Amino acid sequence: MQIKLELNGKKVTAEIEADMLLLDFVRTQGCYSVKRGCETANCGLCTVFLDDKPVLSCSTLAARADGRKVTTLEGLQEEAAEFGAFIADQGAEQCGFCNPGFIMNALALFRENPYPDEEEIKEYLAGNLCRCSGYEGQLRGILAFLEYKKSKEQKGE
Amino acid sequence: MLTFNQYRKVTSLEEAYELNQKKANKIIGGMLWMKMGARNIGTAIDLSGLGLDKIEEKEDEFSIGCMTSLRDLELHPGLDAYTGGAMRESLRHIVGVQFRNVATVGGSIFGRFGFSDVLTMFLALDSYVELYKGGIVSMDQFAAMERDNDILVRVIVKKTPLSVAYLSHRNTKTDFPVIACAVAQTEQGVKAVIGARPYKACIVWDNDDILKEGISLESAKAFGEYVADHVKTGSNMRGSKEYRSHLIKVLVRRGCQVLGGEQNAN
Repeated sequence: MQIKLELNGKKVTAEIEADMLLLDFVRTQGCYSVKRGCETANCGLCTVFLDDKPVLSCSTLAARADGRKVTTLEGLQEEAAEFGAFIADQGAEQCGFCNPGFIMNALALFRENPYPDEEEIKEYLAGNLCRCSGYEGQLRGILAFLEYKKSKEQKGE
Repeated sequence: MLTFNQYRKVTSLEEAYELNQKKANKIIGGMLWMKMGARNIGTAIDLSGLGLDKIEEKEDEFSIGCMTSLRDLELHPGLDAYTGGAMRESLRHIVGVQFRNVATVGGSIFGRFGFSDVLTMFLALDSYVELYKGGIVSMDQFAAMERDNDILVRVIVKKTPLSVAYLSHRNTKTDFPVIACAVAQTEQGVKAVIGARPYKACIVWDNDDILKEGISLESAKAFGEYVADHVKTGSNMRGSKEYRSHLIKVLVRRGCQVLGGEQNAN
């Protein structure tokens, strides 16, 4: 079957199998940041935005993206680099495998709630698993990023 | 892994119903649970083109389309206000935001899963399902029905005056509950709904009028014991039946205390 969608701002038309998952589809389009971590819809590594909402691409049919907008980390490079630097500053991650899904969902959180408190951060990101860390470094990185964002906004930049 | 050769985004419920009469064909909701097993189906029937992904709030009821995501249910201000935050509490521990943006209320309820927080929560409310052929059926009746080839079109929640508290116990965040518990004070009395026991959620009414004189620590404890005595529990990898029965006592007691005005009882 044929699908047409907007992937990272570009119009894409493709022939797919009926049961193809969105995860596998975006990887055929070169979006290799999107990965399969757990295969049980629990780890959050495959997070993409579907019409700007974070979803598990491992559990979403590519067919359901027909006519819609899909965004992966590849389409958010600037935003991701700015935030990701704060995570790196904390040395928050060891292997980094969970990073793309984590960054995607953190960006979704900031869009929904620009200045979340600690509890809100933990609740929103609960579905992003990291097997190396205890999440403390990530939390420090997020809080430092929010401070930076606030000061930037106050300066009117 | 879930495999199929045909995908049909239907344009009417009749089309979906006809396709669904063939055993090999399946309606896909969020597909999260369905995809966990290894199975091959004929045609995947998709209801997402029918505008059934919305919550309509009317004067006397909420009408919730079957394709509404659990996340939309969690964030709905009307449902949040009506349930005093219990609806949100019942949903926010389910895996993660990305999961709840995909999971649908129709899929959760139609499955009548033992682990379901969602079914537990709706059983505490004055709620109904609208079936395409079967019409409107109360949630407790629906929970007891065998799965068939009808279509769950909407979930309806009547704005019957009630107060409700929702609590669950999990071994770790984002996991299935070891016990899910909702306690509701209604005009007919108090009822407790116990899910993840690990069987399908069930309702226990305060038939002995334990709470008739009001909710105190003693009466809340007594009702907790009463509910634990009247609910069959079982063991699985998440907990033993003894542990679950103990948790029922604690969570029902705390739920009653929340209804009694102790906001921090949980």
